Amino acid sequence: MKLQGLNSRGSVEQVMKDVKSQASKVAAPGKPGRLNTEIQSRIGHQLRAMYDDVVRQGVPDRFAELIKKLDAPGPTGDPAKKNDGRD
Amino acid sequence: MPLTDSLRDDILASVPSLRAFAISLSGNGDRADDLVQETLLRALANIDSFQPGSNLPAWLFTILRNLFRSDYRKRRREVEDADGNYAKTLKTQPAQSAHLEFEEFRVALDKLPQDQREALILVGASGFSYEDAAAICGCAVGTIKSRVNRARSKLSALLYVDGADDFGPDNTVRAVIGGSGG
Repeated sequence: MKLQGLNSRGSVEQVMKDVKSQASKVAAPGKPGRLNTEIQSRIGHQLRAMYDDVVRQGVPDRFAELIKKLDAPGPTGDPAKKNDGRD
Repeated sequence: MPLTDSLRDDILASVPSLRAFAISLSGNGDRADDLVQETLLRALANIDSFQPGSNLPAWLFTILRNLFRSDYRKRRREVEDADGNYAKTLKTQPAQSAHLEFEEFRVALDKLPQDQREALILVGASGFSYEDAAAICGCAVGTIKSRVNRARSKLSALLYVDGADDFGPDNTVRAVIGGSGG
């Protein structure tokens, strides 16, 4: 974490260099602040859209059945304890 | 605590977001579902160690993340395959241009270092607090904040920087989206 490095000598230049190079990469010249905010909200939106697409698929049958099966104590005893996915 | 009906229902209710997290991490739908399955088996086998009243999703996410991490060390992700497989996991395909933009985003996300990607997803998509995300990743809250900030900066640079000459394939995508005007 570069910002904590402010306490140690000689690191301020490095921090400033990082900030500058980040700023020049992220923002177009002119209105860096506003553009950056717009971009960040767009990124947040895309991230959630990608994620929620999967969430909306709900619980696939294989998982519902898996949990049901493990929940019911079968004739052979306690499958949850035996099967941790390694056998 | 023992596996009660309500705990079982709560675990089941966490499955959709566990899948979304797994797909975001692995970039591969089939592998993500294997990860979720292993997570559920692990959770149920160790249900006694779950503290009643504590954050169940955070507990499950921690298990999934650790499984992914140990698996990741064994075999590297098939990055080239990531976007194609991801698209297959979607039930409804977005409209064509939106789909391309979506893939572009997916590819950019894949370029982030793993630490930054998981921090961004936990905070920005899963909706965990910085504190919960820190607990899930086993690091300090400040570390999570810094990873999220760096992830956002890097995504901005990858997706929205002007004159992106340095990422070749995406120029084709841009041309298709823009119709390249003649």
